[in-house]
Amino acid sequence: MSVIHQSLSTSISSSSSTFLGHNNLKSIKSSNVSIPGRINVVIECVATPSAEITAYKTKVSRNENMGKLQAGYLFPEIARRRTAHMLKYPDAQVISLGIGDTTEPIPEVITSSMAKRSYALSTVEGYSGYGAEQGEKQLRASIAKTYYENLGIEEDDVFVSDGAKSDISRLQVLFGSKVTMAVQDPSYPAYVDSSVILGQTGQFQKDVEKYGNIEYMKCTPENGFFPDLSATRRTDIIFFCSPNNPTGYAASREQLTRLVEFAKENGSIIVYDSAYAMYVSDDSPRSIFEIPGAKEVSMEVSSFSKYAGFTGVRLGWTAIPKELLYSDGFPVAKDFNRIVCTCFNGASNIAQAGGLACVSPEGIKAMHEVVGFYKENTDIIVEAFNSLGFKVYGGKNAPYVWIYFPGQSSWDVFSEILEKTHVVTTPGGGFGPGGEGFIRVSAFGHRENILEACRRFKQLYK
Amino acid sequence: MHTFLTLSFTTCKTLFQPIARMAVEEKGLVSYCTKVERNANLEKLQYNYLFPEIDVRELRHIKKYPNAKVISLGIGDTTEPIPDMVALSMANYAKSLATPQGYKGYGAEQGNKELKQAIAETFYKDTGIKDSEVFISDGSQCDISRLQMLFGSNVSIAVQDPSFPAYIDSSVIIGQTGDIEKESGRYQNIAYMECGPRNNFFPDLSKTPRTDIIFFCSPNNPTGHASSREQLERLVDFAQQNGSIIVYDSAYAVYITDGPRSIYEIPGARKVAIEVSSFSKIAGFTGVRLGWTVVPEELVYSNGFPVINDFNRIVCTCFNGASNVAQAGGLACLSSDGFKAVLSNVDYYKENAEILVNTFTSLGLRVYGGTNAPYVWVHFPGSDSWDVFNEILEKTHIITVPGSGFGPGGREFIRVTAFGHRENILEASERLRSYLS
Repeated sequence: MSVIHQSLSTSISSSSSTFLGHNNLKSIKSSNVSIPGRINVVIECVATPSAEITAYKTKVSRNENMGKLQAGYLFPEIARRRTAHMLKYPDAQVISLGIGDTTEPIPEVITSSMAKRSYALSTVEGYSGYGAEQGEKQLRASIAKTYYENLGIEEDDVFVSDGAKSDISRLQVLFGSKVTMAVQDPSYPAYVDSSVILGQTGQFQKDVEKYGNIEYMKCTPENGFFPDLSATRRTDIIFFCSPNNPTGYAASREQLTRLVEFAKENGSIIVYDSAYAMYVSDDSPRSIFEIPGAKEVSMEVSSFSKYAGFTGVRLGWTAIPKELLYSDGFPVAKDFNRIVCTCFNGASNIAQAGGLACVSPEGIKAMHEVVGFYKENTDIIVEAFNSLGFKVYGGKNAPYVWIYFPGQSSWDVFSEILEKTHVVTTPGGGFGPGGEGFIRVSAFGHRENILEACRRFKQLYK
Repeated sequence: MHTFLTLSFTTCKTLFQPIARMAVEEKGLVSYCTKVERNANLEKLQYNYLFPEIDVRELRHIKKYPNAKVISLGIGDTTEPIPDMVALSMANYAKSLATPQGYKGYGAEQGNKELKQAIAETFYKDTGIKDSEVFISDGSQCDISRLQMLFGSNVSIAVQDPSFPAYIDSSVIIGQTGDIEKESGRYQNIAYMECGPRNNFFPDLSKTPRTDIIFFCSPNNPTGHASSREQLERLVDFAQQNGSIIVYDSAYAVYITDGPRSIYEIPGARKVAIEVSSFSKIAGFTGVRLGWTVVPEELVYSNGFPVINDFNRIVCTCFNGASNVAQAGGLACLSSDGFKAVLSNVDYYKENAEILVNTFTSLGLRVYGGTNAPYVWVHFPGSDSWDVFNEILEKTHIITVPGSGFGPGGREFIRVTAFGHRENILEASERLRSYLS
């Protein structure tokens, strides 16, 4: 790989609490914090052999929004660290509780439906070409019925996608660069990163580790992991994930009612990420649409990834109520439909066949079993850290355990755990400054790996 | 496809406006509105995306003539079944996901390594393209928008006129353009490179202003013209002189009988071009969803930053990989037997194209394309393409696509696709001969 690649690809210094680039980048950064674009130019001069300086360059300016991003996306960075660690310790049995990647096989009722659809595509009667960009009719209807029965969300409010991550970016494209947004802090990195890419934000402010123009709504043990809305500025869009990645906290009905009211008072739009809704154990709401008035102020994004192990198959959906209107009365769903028709061409028909099986009675039962398995894993992890005297959060309504490690940089804790137990976790700082002081342990894994990881944690922290 | 929130259309020729404040007007009540302003870029779009609009017309026609046998030569939708071994491969892959040994979670966002290697080997042999420069996607339409996100709103673009509507529409959505000029039908700030019979369907580059990005599709949708080596050399030269980036859409390359298939066959292209392609029209994967984009390492911005680094960041942040089942299918398509099988479908569609070319030619019409692409581009001088579209639909129950849907340069043309069952192609030819002679 070229030297330029090496110097610009992220290899994070573990002694910093933010996500910086390579050492070269770090030392230059300290003298020139606020202009990442220029930093890249400086690196080129330092790192590039003289022969390459005369190499042809186009006259196209780099998108300055890309230049605002501080480093690589969080999860590829975790993967890089894991790979580096495995190279360093080829005999170690590395256990991955970092990236929230599902591990258990997909239930057969679902895979057989995908196999059947695949075969059908080789027959005259069964072949289908382009599907509706919004998704296959039956699947849309079944999603509406399964997840939104009696909530007033209908088949044509549901837009099937290749997953929540793609949907989040398409929503950003929909909203455009002139909207302001609020996120929980900590939060799933795609909300902030896509916002930066679309040009909604200012520069990264290194001292506070926040991008300008984003409203960060701190969610900590002190406020019960629900933002203090009285201290939250109005923004156009509010990204809200519940059950939360990474904290695992599921907002209560009362809290979500306040959130909806807040959005209504401010004329804001909530983008509610319910990807982990099936992990809810108690009576916390599973859909924002359970809250009266929510349809006028929110849309909901969800996914089959963590229910059916579809992380590689790629299938999700976004539900946009007809009542959700822009300030001029134009329905948001109409523009989203235009985006979906222009910037997308539908989820894979085979994945959709799988999705249809997921929401069949047998499929729902099977998904609950898969979810139940991961929830048992979560219980084991929670118990392990509790027994070691840690302050443990989450884990009840989500497959994530959020553990407090006060006084240390979360990247340092991450590194120490990795080095000493060969277990990959995710440093809380990767989810925003509000995640500093925490480690996220995901509960996706084979049972024996979960148990082994907990044995190792107990060994390290006894 | 669907009419979701119903859009009302005025006459066939005119532009149909989206209706604002629909809820308020329809219900007669004052509905709650958020205070979020509608994205002004979406407002600039003058009409629906072209192909859902064709669908709507088809549905309306079917409703009007429930007994007519409507033949769709409109949307370029493949019709022939996927080869057995490709389908089998996907079925087996799906089944393996139910086993502990076979289960796979998240794949690399850039795509499966084996598949990338197979693509580099099959399509870019001897061009120096490496598998690390190949990014697997869920299709060109998605890739085009991800490329627009990559470039951002401050770049200028050039497109062929006519062209596949996604280039222009995504450009408007991302904020690169001004408003549409009603008289010309062109968006401000886009350079339209006319491609017509007079210039042999290759733009007059001497009259083309410099833009940052040049979208270029060859073989072309909708005109069917495949640029010659000499033409592409001039294009690469032009890009190099202007410091522009070519986004080369090679989705129909396998339909070329004779001529360059990849922009990277042209010396110097690695420094100036991105190539986007797709399994849709190669393997009938229009519903399965699989494509790829090549970004060479040498392609750098004005500040020397490699475009591939940023594209990789986009792919990791705004996407999560193509479906693993689809990728398994892609790999099967590129096996020795698989590739033979998919190419035989391509030949089938090319034979269809030949039949259609002959039909229109025999009627004394000026016909273009159809030899290196699955599209036939028929000239109706002095006509408005929507009128011709409507007339053909009304009188022969055949769906085509009016050329102006691809840009003002398509105004006098009709695009007829060669995707269809043979008997439908033959039947359509019969009807056209009867009606147009």
